[in-house]
Amino acid sequence: MKFGVVIFPGSNCDQDLIKVLQTYTSEPVLKLWHKDTNLQGCTHIFVPGGFSYGDYLRSGAIAKLSPIMAAIAEHAQNGGFVLGICNGFQILCESGLLPGALLRNTNMKFNCKNVHLKAGNTHLVATRKIDANKVLCVPIAHGEGCFYCDEQTLADIEANGQVFFRYCDADGNITDEANPNGSLNNIAGISNATKNVFGMMPHPERCATDYLLNTDGKKVFDSIF
Amino acid sequence: MVHQPATVEQAKQLGLLEEEFHKICDILGRQPNFTEISIYSVMWSEHCSYKNSIVWLKTLPKSGSKMLAEAGEENAGLVDIGDGLACCFKIESHNHPSAIEPYQGAATGVGGINRDIFSMGARPIAQLNSLRFGNIATDRTQWLVKGVVKGIGDYGNAFGIPTVGGEVYFDDCYEQNNLVNAMSVGIVGVGKSISAGAGPAGNPVYIFGSATGKDGIHGAAFASKDMSEDSISDLPSVQVGDPFWEKLILEASMEIIEAGAVVGMQDMGAAGITCSTSEMSAKTDVGMDVWLDKVPMRQPDMKGWELLLSESQERMLVIIEKGREKEVETILEKWDLTFSHIGMVTDTKHVRYFMGDVLEADIPAESLVLGGGAPVYRRTWKEPEYLKQIAAFELNHIADLNLAEAKQAAIQLCNEPNIASKRWIYEQYDSMVGTINESTNLPSDAAVVKIVGTERSLALTVDCNSRYVYADPNKGTQIAVSEAARNIRCSGGVPTAITNCLNFGNPYNEEVYYQFKNAIEGMGEACRKFDTPVTGGNVSFYNQSTNGQAVYPTPTIGMVGIIEKPEHRMSVPFKAAGDAIVLLGNTRNDLGSSQYLAKVKGVSHSPCPSFDLDEEFALHQLLETLAKEHAVASAHDVSEGGLFVTCLESAMAAGLGFDLCTERGLRLDAGLFGESQSRVVVSVSQSGLDHLMTLAAAAGVSATHVGTVLGKAEVIVNGESWGGMSAFAQPYASVIASYMN
Repeated sequence: MKFGVVIFPGSNCDQDLIKVLQTYTSEPVLKLWHKDTNLQGCTHIFVPGGFSYGDYLRSGAIAKLSPIMAAIAEHAQNGGFVLGICNGFQILCESGLLPGALLRNTNMKFNCKNVHLKAGNTHLVATRKIDANKVLCVPIAHGEGCFYCDEQTLADIEANGQVFFRYCDADGNITDEANPNGSLNNIAGISNATKNVFGMMPHPERCATDYLLNTDGKKVFDSIF
Repeated sequence: MVHQPATVEQAKQLGLLEEEFHKICDILGRQPNFTEISIYSVMWSEHCSYKNSIVWLKTLPKSGSKMLAEAGEENAGLVDIGDGLACCFKIESHNHPSAIEPYQGAATGVGGINRDIFSMGARPIAQLNSLRFGNIATDRTQWLVKGVVKGIGDYGNAFGIPTVGGEVYFDDCYEQNNLVNAMSVGIVGVGKSISAGAGPAGNPVYIFGSATGKDGIHGAAFASKDMSEDSISDLPSVQVGDPFWEKLILEASMEIIEAGAVVGMQDMGAAGITCSTSEMSAKTDVGMDVWLDKVPMRQPDMKGWELLLSESQERMLVIIEKGREKEVETILEKWDLTFSHIGMVTDTKHVRYFMGDVLEADIPAESLVLGGGAPVYRRTWKEPEYLKQIAAFELNHIADLNLAEAKQAAIQLCNEPNIASKRWIYEQYDSMVGTINESTNLPSDAAVVKIVGTERSLALTVDCNSRYVYADPNKGTQIAVSEAARNIRCSGGVPTAITNCLNFGNPYNEEVYYQFKNAIEGMGEACRKFDTPVTGGNVSFYNQSTNGQAVYPTPTIGMVGIIEKPEHRMSVPFKAAGDAIVLLGNTRNDLGSSQYLAKVKGVSHSPCPSFDLDEEFALHQLLETLAKEHAVASAHDVSEGGLFVTCLESAMAAGLGFDLCTERGLRLDAGLFGESQSRVVVSVSQSGLDHLMTLAAAAGVSATHVGTVLGKAEVIVNGESWGGMSAFAQPYASVIASYMN
């Protein structure tokens, strides 16, 4: 296993992700520069949060044009593992590697806080160590995290078990009040149809270090590795 | 050389005094041209020269065992935090731009203060801010709050440094002149920091980052002018921020510093190229030739003086070691940054600015800067008239409350924006990027951030209750420093140093100058007592409404402390039902300048709360012992809203309730809502209670067992149930949102 974290100009969660990933491997976690065209043999590709190219246009709309993205698409088509977090999720949707889109939060504001999540499908490679009834506490920090897609796509995502995480309340109930951004079906993260490409708005890397007094995010990384 | 001499009238229009114009003629030995008086007008503005404040600023303590660079030596102070690391921090105002264009004004304030930190080679790790607005019910205030908060959020969030703390107050005096003070904290290896010097003659001078446009021209002079009805015509003086560029500049700066090719670096803030080139030259007693036509321009045909004075954001000036230009250029190209070789260090001691072959200005660098030729004024002061009204206040004329009225007053205070939760604001800031914010899941009075790779954490806070400073500038400022230190103590930290942002009215108004002088004296006294030297900061005068009424004197204190070990941390939430609630410190029959007196009783003028520096210091010594001995379960200082609100906050943070008894012999309102200083509410297990009392007695701090933590979310006061917590918690949580949404 070899981990690579993609760095776009404006990425700002790259170091946080590298710090956590580095606890899972003795090999150095590679930084993949957006101008690169090959993945240097990485088996697991992570697209971090931030504001790629400033995200002055639609989030991720410029990043999808970066040279590195062609290599990531090829890696994904060959069944390789890809996880995008926050801006990474937005970029993967913009690139077409994941279905749907992420719209402005319905309250039109950037929102940073802890939220509760439940795995949508505990048989995925990135959720397999999470109990179906377990409620995770994971932070969000985004202004454009409202997951949206057309009805047919949503039906397919649900039918194929592609829901990665859903927002819920502290007791695990999927309610409107627990939905921080207006996402359809409280969707916080999804996978592609072949279940090797994942995207999620919440930040598991922000709750995977002991001194932060919340390590629920480790469950995601434990599942992957 | 352009030889069209400027006139006194032109100089006055640019904000210079007639005597200053003559001083310029003496320095140059000739009449200056228009470009030259433009340069002097910004460099000698209060914003750059501190001409009306420096006499008093020099009285503040600057040295201490942990100081690596003293105030004024560099762009920001440097403090030793152990393990070979230094902390670099500073607070700065962006008041006037934010009053006119709140979004960009606040955003560029955040950008500017972060550049001050990373131009020293320190990577910013945390940001804080201190905001003041007028009445939250007015459309104007709501527009300002929304704009300022979005500006701070959009800039800081994209830049990728967490906003971990802050304070927000609403008061009518800030209706037209709101305050936006932004603080940044960075870390750099000891001995790895970069100076803002220029090195020997021959070194090349580069500009990199954004291209230079016409925005922000005369911004520094604008900041040193009264706010007035026609300030809106100053709109082009407000700059536009681009956090994406700032992020690229940060990463590129870190890389070129790491490469070891940088001699000196300074960001371009107030007075742009002029300020950075002259200050860097003066610092190393050299000169600089600058070719303005080489500066990347955002629009064609810019004039020399426009290029010199532009305050376009996200630009850095860097002096490179001669011969290593290519290395630096390669890094800047990697980050797709615009850059240009715009000049050369010389041994002339003059800054000389050229457009093509034409010499536009030729000025001794030293004559422009603070500590050099910039003017220094001693202003006169007189005791403000309003202090008589304050002195006439009689507590006996205020009727005390019965228990039922006290409950209503408590609910009213929970509806008070100055007391209520600021969640609506701070959730718009990314507080967690960087994964070092230890307060997210365990709140404490100061924000706590991990110093990665060490056992230590930093405790960070910004504080100033300006109502107290208004009532007594000296004592009020002592309280501001003390509250900052108390917040750090309540988090388990040791106060280390402060930065200050001094927001006052017009210094030529003698009553305002009285406030300023006395505030500085009070600050010095408190800082000496706590051994927290002043590492630097910023002076913002001319904060007043269009009718000339100054804002409350607001000397905001940004303080950094060190938490030596994780187990020293103390936090706000109560921990367990049945724990004893103990009030440390003395409660007096004192309602002075409390939110209760101002908002419930409608008294605008009352004295500063009683305060004694020695009493405060004794409390801090006790708090240090409590932290080291893990002697308490929670600690939260008593501030706005008094003992009641303090207990409420500790209970809400834990989802618990409390049963509280006020002390006998006290007025009920003073016991519940008075803001007597130097007090902290702690909770402790019943088995630890005796030991706590023993420690307090040994420290000479009075400790009163005032209540018990309840397992259910209920409030009991003096034996009477006030019902569920929600009657208080609900308005506390939602009142600001109810105005803003």
